[in-house]
Amino acid sequence: MQAKLTVVALSVAAAFALSACGQKEEPKPVAAPVPAAKPELVVKLGHVAPMTGPQAHLGKDNENGAVLAIEELNAKGMEIGGAKVKFELVAEDDAADPKQGAIVAQKLVDAKVNGVIGHLNSGTTIPASKLYADAGIPQISGSATNPKYTQQGFATAFRVMANDVQQGKSLGEFAVKQGVKTVAIVDDRTAYGQGLADEFRKAAEASGIKVVASEYTTDKATDFKAILTKIKSTKAELVFFGGMDAQGGPMAKQMKELGIKAKFLGGDGVCTPEFMKLGGPATEGQFCSLPGMPLEKLAKGPEFKDKFTKKFNAEIQLYAPYVYDAVMVMADAMKRADSVESAKFLPAVGKTKYDGVTAMIEFDAQGDLKGGAISIYKYTGGKLEYVETLGGGTMDAVKAEIKADVKEAVADVKDAAKAVAGAATAVGKEAVGDVKDAAKAATEAGKDAVKAGAEAVKSAADATKAAVEKK
Amino acid sequence: MDIFLQQIINGLVQGSIYALVALGYTMVYGIMGLINFAHGEVVMIGTLVTITVAGSLIKAGMPVAVAGLAGLMAAVLVCMALGWALERVAYRPLRNAPRLTPLITAIGMSIVLQNLAMMIWGRNYMTFPSLLPKMDFEFAGANFTLIQIIIVLVSAATMGGLLLLVYRTKLGMAMRATAQNPAVASLMGVNINRVIAAAFVIGSALGAVAGVMVGTYYEIAHYQMGFMLGLKAFTAAVLGGIGNLAGAMLGGILLGIIEALGAGYIGDLTGGFLGSHYQDIFAFVVLIVVLMFKPSGLFGEKTGDRA
Amino acid sequence: MNFGRFFRSTAGIALTAAFLIALPFVAAMGGQAWVRILDFAILYVFLALGLNIVVGLAGLLDLGYIAFYAVGAYAWALLASPHFGLHWPIWAILPIGAALACLAGVVLGSPTLKLRGDYLAIVTLGFGEIVRIFLNNLNSPINVTNGPQGITLIDPVSFGAFKFSGTTQIFGFALSGPQKYYFLLVALAILVIIINVRLQNSRIGRAWQAIREDEIAAKAIGINTRNLKLLAFAMGASFGGVAGGIFSAMQGFVSPESFSLIESIMILAMVVLGGMGHIPGVILGAVLLTVLPEVLRYGVGPLQMAVFGKMLVDPESLRMLVFGLALVLVMRFKPAGLWPSPERKRELQETGK
Repeated sequence: MQAKLTVVALSVAAAFALSACGQKEEPKPVAAPVPAAKPELVVKLGHVAPMTGPQAHLGKDNENGAVLAIEELNAKGMEIGGAKVKFELVAEDDAADPKQGAIVAQKLVDAKVNGVIGHLNSGTTIPASKLYADAGIPQISGSATNPKYTQQGFATAFRVMANDVQQGKSLGEFAVKQGVKTVAIVDDRTAYGQGLADEFRKAAEASGIKVVASEYTTDKATDFKAILTKIKSTKAELVFFGGMDAQGGPMAKQMKELGIKAKFLGGDGVCTPEFMKLGGPATEGQFCSLPGMPLEKLAKGPEFKDKFTKKFNAEIQLYAPYVYDAVMVMADAMKRADSVESAKFLPAVGKTKYDGVTAMIEFDAQGDLKGGAISIYKYTGGKLEYVETLGGGTMDAVKAEIKADVKEAVADVKDAAKAVAGAATAVGKEAVGDVKDAAKAATEAGKDAVKAGAEAVKSAADATKAAVEKK
Repeated sequence: MDIFLQQIINGLVQGSIYALVALGYTMVYGIMGLINFAHGEVVMIGTLVTITVAGSLIKAGMPVAVAGLAGLMAAVLVCMALGWALERVAYRPLRNAPRLTPLITAIGMSIVLQNLAMMIWGRNYMTFPSLLPKMDFEFAGANFTLIQIIIVLVSAATMGGLLLLVYRTKLGMAMRATAQNPAVASLMGVNINRVIAAAFVIGSALGAVAGVMVGTYYEIAHYQMGFMLGLKAFTAAVLGGIGNLAGAMLGGILLGIIEALGAGYIGDLTGGFLGSHYQDIFAFVVLIVVLMFKPSGLFGEKTGDRA
Repeated sequence: MNFGRFFRSTAGIALTAAFLIALPFVAAMGGQAWVRILDFAILYVFLALGLNIVVGLAGLLDLGYIAFYAVGAYAWALLASPHFGLHWPIWAILPIGAALACLAGVVLGSPTLKLRGDYLAIVTLGFGEIVRIFLNNLNSPINVTNGPQGITLIDPVSFGAFKFSGTTQIFGFALSGPQKYYFLLVALAILVIIINVRLQNSRIGRAWQAIREDEIAAKAIGINTRNLKLLAFAMGASFGGVAGGIFSAMQGFVSPESFSLIESIMILAMVVLGGMGHIPGVILGAVLLTVLPEVLRYGVGPLQMAVFGKMLVDPESLRMLVFGLALVLVMRFKPAGLWPSPERKRELQETGK
C-alpha cells in the first residue's frame, strides 16, 4: 500500500516538474519568431452568444450576422497602418448563463481579441462588460437592451440597438397617441419585462395616462385569469405587457375569454410570429413594438436580407442585422483611428458616425445608440403590419439636454481647475520673493485661493454628478 | 361582487387541474410513501403526446372529435407504459433503501424525462390543437367557457371513479391493505409488486388525462410545464391529507381558490405593499403552514410518523 | 487505501499543498478562463461541503440550500456597491452575510424541525423559491434588491489597498485576478474542510450521525435533537452565505436568476453523487459536476461535429440528461455515492447482502 502511494506521489511530482518546465519554456518561442515585416495584420474579434440552450437559435443568428460582416470586410480588403487587415472571428458560447458569460469573457481577454461583439443577453453582457472594461477591450452588443449595461460607466461598452428605456418611452408615447386614458400594466418579473414596464409606466404617467392596475406574473406562468379578472374590474382601456410571447399569447387569449375589451400592447418580446401562433385570433388588432425600423423600410435592408438568406439558407431570426452593423462599426473605428489596438481605436468608436443597415449609428456619452428609433406594429390577418416609427427625435432632444448640462458642468470644473492652477502659480511666484513675511502672507492668501478653487471644483463636481444622475 | 364570483370560478378550474394531478401523487404516496417527483413530467408527456397524435390526425383530415379521442387514448397508453417503466426500472429496486434514496432518484428521473422530452419535441412552446368548440357563457357578470365546465366535471368524475375502484374492487382492497402494511398484505396473498405497479399505472393514466385537460384549456405546452404544476399539485395533496383521495380533490380546489383570491385581493389587503408578484408564494406558504400545524392535512386521518 | 492517513502525513500535506499552489499556474497556461473555471469548482466544493453538514452529517434533506447562498450574495452586493452607496470592507460584510444566512437557516429550520425526509425536502424547496421570489420583487415599494434588474458594479474583494481584481505583482510573480480569488477560495475551502472534519469527529458530529440514523433512538439517549438540527441548518447556511459573498464579489453582478431551484438540486447532487457525509467524496462530486459541463462543451460538441457533421444533441441538454441519469444510476448501484466513507460502505454492504 505504502509503495503504491509513493509511486502515485512520484508521478504527481513528475507531472508537476514537467508542467513547471513547460511553463518556463513557453514564453520563449512566442517571443522569438516575430517576423520583421508583417504582410498581413490579423484582427481578432470576439463574438459571444448562447450557442447551446434555449436561445441557441438566436445565438446562431447573431453569429451568422457577424460571420457575414467579417467575410465582407475580408473580401473588401481593408488597410490599416499600411498593412492589409485580415479579420478573424473568435466565437464563444455563453449558454445565456451569467457564470459562463464571465468565463468566456475571460477567454476572449486571454486570447487578446481586439474587440468584442456581444453578448446576446443582458444578463451575461453586464457581468462580462466589467472584464472587457478592465482589459480595455471595446465591446459592442447588438442585442443587449438592459439600460444598466451602459449605465455602469464603462468607456468600453456600446450598443447598436435602442435600449429598454427608449422602447418603454416610445410605447408610452404610442399609448398617448391612441387616446388611451387608463392603462393596466403587467410584467413578468424578468429584467427585461420589468424594465420595459417601468419605463412605459413613467412615460404613460408623464403624459397624463392613469395607471389603474399593476399586476405581475412570471416567465413560466400559463394562467393569468386571476390577475386579468382584477384588471377587468378596473375597466382599463389598454393592457400593457412587459414580457415574452409565450406568456403574451395565452394572456391575450384569456383576456378574450374573460370578456375584456381592452387593447393589448407589448414590446419586442411579443412582436413575434410565435405570439400570434399561441394567442390565436385573440391577437388580431393588438399592437407591439420592435426597436429600429423594419428591414424593408431601410435603404440597405432588403439587400442585407438577400445576402443573408443566400449565404446561410436561413431566415433572419432577430438581431443578425444589428450584429452585422456592430462588426462594421468596430472596423470603421479601426480605420478612422488607423490602428487595430484596442486602446487606440476605442476613442474612435465613441465618435462613430456610420451609416449601417439598421440605422445611422452614433453613440451618446454613455455608449447608447443615439436616437434609437422604435417601430410600432399591428397584428393583422396573422401578420405583423408596420404602423409607424416613434422615438428617435424626442429621445435626441432629451439626451441633448442632458448633454448640455454635463458640458456646462465640465466647463465649470475646467474653469475652477484653471483658477486653482492660477492661484498655485501665484503662490509659487510670490514664494520666489525675498521677503519672508510677504511670502508668508502670500502663502496664506494662496492657501485661501486654493481652498476657494477647491470648493469651486467640488461644487462643479457636484453639478456634474447631479447632471449624470439626472440622466 | 362579480369579480369575486369570477375569481372563484378561476380558482375552481385551476384547482380541478391541481386535483387531477394531485390524485396521482396521493395514490403513489398513500401506497408506498414515495413522492413521485416525476409525476409532473408524466403530465407533461401526456400533453405533448396528444399534440403529436391529435395534431397530425387533424392535419390528415380526420374529424376533430375522433382525433382528440385518439390523442387522449395515445396519451393515456404512453403514460401508463411510462408509469409502469418508472416503477419497474427506477423505484422497485430501491424499495428497501433509506427514504432519501428514492426521492433523489425521483428528482433524477424528473430531469431525465424533461430533457428527453426536450430532445423529442424541441425547446419551443407548442400550440395545442383546439379540440373543443369555443363556447362562452356568462353568469352574473362572470365569464366562463365550455372547457372550464368540462375540466371541473372530468376531475370530479375521475375522483368518483377512483373512489369506487379503491373501495369497491378487489384491487382496491389489495391497495388499501398494502398501504396499511405491505408485509402483512403479502402474507394475506396480495401480490405487492402488482399492486404498486397498478398504483403507478393508474396514477399515470390520470396524469395523462390531466395533461390533456391542461393542454385543451391553455392550448399551449412546453417541456418544462410539468415541474411547477407537479409541485403545486403535491402541495394540494398535502393540504388535503396525503394518501386521501377525496382530500386530494378538495385540497386541489382549495389551493386553486386560495391562489386566485390571493392574487386578486392581496394588493388591496396589504395596501399595495404586496402584489400579485407573490402569487407563487401562496402554495408554499400553505404547504409550510399545513405541515407545521396539521401534518396529516385538513382531511387526512391522524397518522403517527408520516411526516 | 487509507487516504485519510495519507492526507494527514507530512509528505501528504506537502504534496497536496504543492499541488494546490501549482494548479492555478498550470491552468493559466490554458488561459485565465481555466483558472476561472477552477474558481467556480472550488466555490462549489465550498458550497457542497456546507450542504454536507446538513445533508451528509445530520441527514436533513435540504432542497433550498441556494437560498442561503443568495442571502450571502445579496448581503455583499448591497453593502459593497453603489446601489446604497455603501462600500464596507470584507471583514465587515463577510461575517454579516454569514450571520444573515445563519439567521435564515434558523428561520427555515425552526418550523421544519418536526418534519423528516421527503416532507422536509419539499418544504425547503418551497423556502428556496420564496427567498428567490422575494429577492426578485423587493424593488417596490422600497427598492431594496433592485428586483430582477440585479445589482451591478459590486466591489471586488480587497484587503486595504490590495484588490482582487486585476493583475498584481507579488515577489516577481504576476498574479491575475482569478488566481488571487483561487487562493482565497482554497484558503476558505481548507477552513471549511477543517471545520467539517472537526465536526464529524466531535460530540456534535456524532450526535448528528445518531439523528441521521435514527432520530427516535437519538432522542431516547438524551440528545437534544431540536438544538442540534437547528445548529446543522445554521452552520450549513453560514457557509452558504460566505460562498455567496465571494460569488458576488467575483462576478461583480448578481440577479435573482442565478439562484434558481436547479442550482440547489445541482449542489445536492454534488453531495449525493460524491458520497454523503464523506468529505473527499463531496469534494470529488463538486469537482466532477463543475468540470463535466466544460468537458461536454469542448469535447462532445466538436466530437459530434466531426463524426456526424452536425450537432445532434446540444451539449447543454446532454449535460442535464447525463446529470439526471447519473443521479438515478448512482442511487441504484452505488447509493452511498461514488466515493463513500468506509463505514457507510460497510453498512450498506451488510444491509444489502
